[in-house]
Amino acid sequence: MRPFTFNKAESVTKALSGKREAAQYIAGGTNLLDLMKKHIAQPESLVDVTTALSNKIESDKNGIRIGAMVRNSALTVDKNILDDFPLIAKAILTGASPQIRNMASTGGNILQRTRCPYFYDVTAPCNKRNPGSGCSAIKGDNRMSAIIGYSDQCVAVHPSDMCVALAALDASVEIIDKDQKKKSILFKDFHRLPGDTPHLDNNLPDGALIQSIEIPQNAFAKNCAYLKIRDRDSYAFALVSVAAALELSGGKIRAARLASGGVAHKPWRWYEAEDFLKGKEATLANFEEAAEIAVKGIKPLSSNGYKVSMLRGAIVTALEECVN
Amino acid sequence: MSLNQSFSRRFFLKTTSFTAALAFIPKGVRSIYEEVKRFIVPSKDVIPLMVSINKKEYSIKADTRTTLLDLLREDLQLTGTKKGCDHGQCGACTVHIDGERALSCLTLAAMIPGKEITTIEGLSEGDKLHPMQEAFLECDGFQCGYCTPGQIMSAVSCVKEGHTGSVAEIKEFMSGNLCRCGAYNGIVESIQKVAK
Repeated sequence: MRPFTFNKAESVTKALSGKREAAQYIAGGTNLLDLMKKHIAQPESLVDVTTALSNKIESDKNGIRIGAMVRNSALTVDKNILDDFPLIAKAILTGASPQIRNMASTGGNILQRTRCPYFYDVTAPCNKRNPGSGCSAIKGDNRMSAIIGYSDQCVAVHPSDMCVALAALDASVEIIDKDQKKKSILFKDFHRLPGDTPHLDNNLPDGALIQSIEIPQNAFAKNCAYLKIRDRDSYAFALVSVAAALELSGGKIRAARLASGGVAHKPWRWYEAEDFLKGKEATLANFEEAAEIAVKGIKPLSSNGYKVSMLRGAIVTALEECVN
Repeated sequence: MSLNQSFSRRFFLKTTSFTAALAFIPKGVRSIYEEVKRFIVPSKDVIPLMVSINKKEYSIKADTRTTLLDLLREDLQLTGTKKGCDHGQCGACTVHIDGERALSCLTLAAMIPGKEITTIEGLSEGDKLHPMQEAFLECDGFQCGYCTPGQIMSAVSCVKEGHTGSVAEIKEFMSGNLCRCGAYNGIVESIQKVAK
């Protein structure tokens, strides 16, 4: 690690005013310290926001608010989450290890960087780490890379499971910028596609802090599933993951949500497939057709064509799990 | 070991290899290197810390870059906690922070004042081993022993969290601790024994 100065901010106001340009906020540290050890992140100073940010989970009739400092593991045992938003807990439990879930914060989970091997290899070109240097994955080892929404600049995928569930549930990210202005960003607009600016993962303004995540109340608690397919059974990033949620009424689907991880630079929503399912019977044939709609037109890279059929199957299985 | 307590093997290896390496570098090159380094490498920042490890308070000065793992091993000589990958992938460095299992390699020492840290050294009471330590001995929960302190700290939490309903559940909730010897069956058995 490069030397840095360290300051603990006791409040959000102090954190915002104490953050210089070459500084970074630190909360759980599970991603940032790793990046600092590998000289990928080289902040001149760190601002500890663990005390400044809320670690409370508050719910009312409109939905639930999760403080940015709520640890990932806390979300997996919270009664309100388990009763009304179990998809969040299911997704988190498929990610990382118990130790890391105890450390990682909600805000940090959303801001975690990609796990593309070339992003971590400082000897290889990578437009995300070093803009303009090129993308090693496009013509290299891309079996873990994106199959949709990528550009000729970057094919990295977002590694979070929690974010896939948040995307499916139409969450919003509540932020406060460096001028202390509060703003709400819809989850679908929070993360970016790589385009010509792959070094930018999301639309959080410079120096701003995530204060909380809000999820509007929904009727998906009874019929939701998170399916993650990976190289080993536990403690691995997704090859493909699917968050599925159905609102059922007498065998008919009133509303459907489908989102995936491991396929794009951001948690990916399958809107067309959702629209197809709306109003249909919850049958295997309809699930298969929805999956077909989702994967239609996907153009994989040289080594990740397997993800297309894997995704198709995962969508069907996740939808079946919702009703079984 | 009995040779000289204050002159450890670690100290010997460090000092001799460093001196040997220095001897091979010409003096001129070394002074140029020192000059360049002063410009390129920003100076380190040392801060005072009050930390509580195994119910004992320590007042210590540490580089801001120091991880809890390095603080334990290098500054406090609590070498029971092991450094495996140093990147949060193997679990060898697992300790308890405020009673919850966490990775000391991904925790900055600067962030632990006010928190209670428990390491493998703090698990036993005097000569009386923790039930999990006894179980690892009885069930052969290890072979080479390097991952064992992390396995045991994690196993204690696994039981406390109540994730011992089945072998599959234990395996899932111990997946953050790798064992290259493959003593997994003994580890699962140890946890089942304590959970009973």
